[in-house]
Amino acid sequence: MRELGIATSPLLRLASLEANRVRLYAKAEWHQPTGSVKDRIAAAMIATAESDGLIGPGAELLEPSSGNTGIAMARIARIVGYDFTVLVPDNVSVERIQLLEAFGARIRFSPGLEGSNGAVWRAAEMAAAENKTMLHQYENEANPDAHESTTGPEILDQLAEMGERIPSAVVACLGTGGTLMGIGRALRAVSSDVRVVAAEPPVGEEIAGLRSMSDGYVPPIFRAEELDGRILIRTGASIATTRRLVEEVGLFCGPSSGAAVAAALKVSERLEPGSVVVTVLPDAGWKYLSTGLYQGSVEAAEEQVSDFTLW
Amino acid sequence: MSVTVNLPTILRQHADGARVVKATGDNLGQVLADLTAAFPGLADHLGASETGLPRYVNVFVDGEDARYLGGLEATVPDGSEITILPAVAGGDQ
Repeated sequence: MRELGIATSPLLRLASLEANRVRLYAKAEWHQPTGSVKDRIAAAMIATAESDGLIGPGAELLEPSSGNTGIAMARIARIVGYDFTVLVPDNVSVERIQLLEAFGARIRFSPGLEGSNGAVWRAAEMAAAENKTMLHQYENEANPDAHESTTGPEILDQLAEMGERIPSAVVACLGTGGTLMGIGRALRAVSSDVRVVAAEPPVGEEIAGLRSMSDGYVPPIFRAEELDGRILIRTGASIATTRRLVEEVGLFCGPSSGAAVAAALKVSERLEPGSVVVTVLPDAGWKYLSTGLYQGSVEAAEEQVSDFTLW
Repeated sequence: MSVTVNLPTILRQHADGARVVKATGDNLGQVLADLTAAFPGLADHLGASETGLPRYVNVFVDGEDARYLGGLEATVPDGSEITILPAVAGGDQ
């Protein structure tokens, strides 16, 4: 994966935000080639598909993505020479569309009201109908495997280099589940009682397009038993914490970083002082500037972003 | 114990359009039973209470996933906020 430019991201200490004398460290994933943690899984899914003989020259890929995975895959497809189509909810921020276009992706839209959920099932139908290959970040084990073999070991090495102890908890946003599953496995191999806790934005609350709850979707790569907790972080709290990251730490992060840190601080309150918590900051704030997230009061920003599929 | 329950869009039609409703119970199972007694249309969507929480339904008690608090046995303190969410694909962050 290194030949595709996947980086060992810096591990930053967020000392000024810490609670309960629990030390808080965070992986700064905007240091990846397209600026998000998804560069890791795009590289891994494509590399695995190539070595499995699933794709080769002339391959046509199709992936549902509200942004970051699509952008990461579009870049690699461009470098390697694959045809790449991304199915995106029509209410993602304009920056995401522009980045996808810049990397030469073919863009199709799913109804914004259905969020990423709608893109997932529609993409599966489209890929089958058009005979394109869907690497399927929600089902592909190369996704958590990438985190188990890169992100997790990096965290352990970086903490050891600082003379720091093994984390008591790792907290990350739950989307596909890959980050949590992968890092959790890497950390538990070293310390079986590390707590793996998910931060979850209220994604399904306003989603339309489901006839019943049983139309819901649980990513196949997600194993609930590998988590020790799952914390709901409302949009307002995500935005407020994202603002704190900018204002108090000088880190211009995207909203999922705010969600992850908000959850990490809650987890900190329950740990012994002197423990260590690690979290992941998936991307920076550049592609959210148009959403109003960084302007005005938190309440006003919350109102502004409600029109977008952010997650 | 009296709690408030936040309903997702797709369930509001079964609760006379309400986004937030009140319910009572000493544990989550009792709260859900109280809820489905008041709004029978919710029963099918929340699964059979006796067998535990369905995989595709997420229930949070004061922001914590009830699965990790004992599931249907999770205690629900007076005044707590229950949030019911469908499991949906999201988070492409």
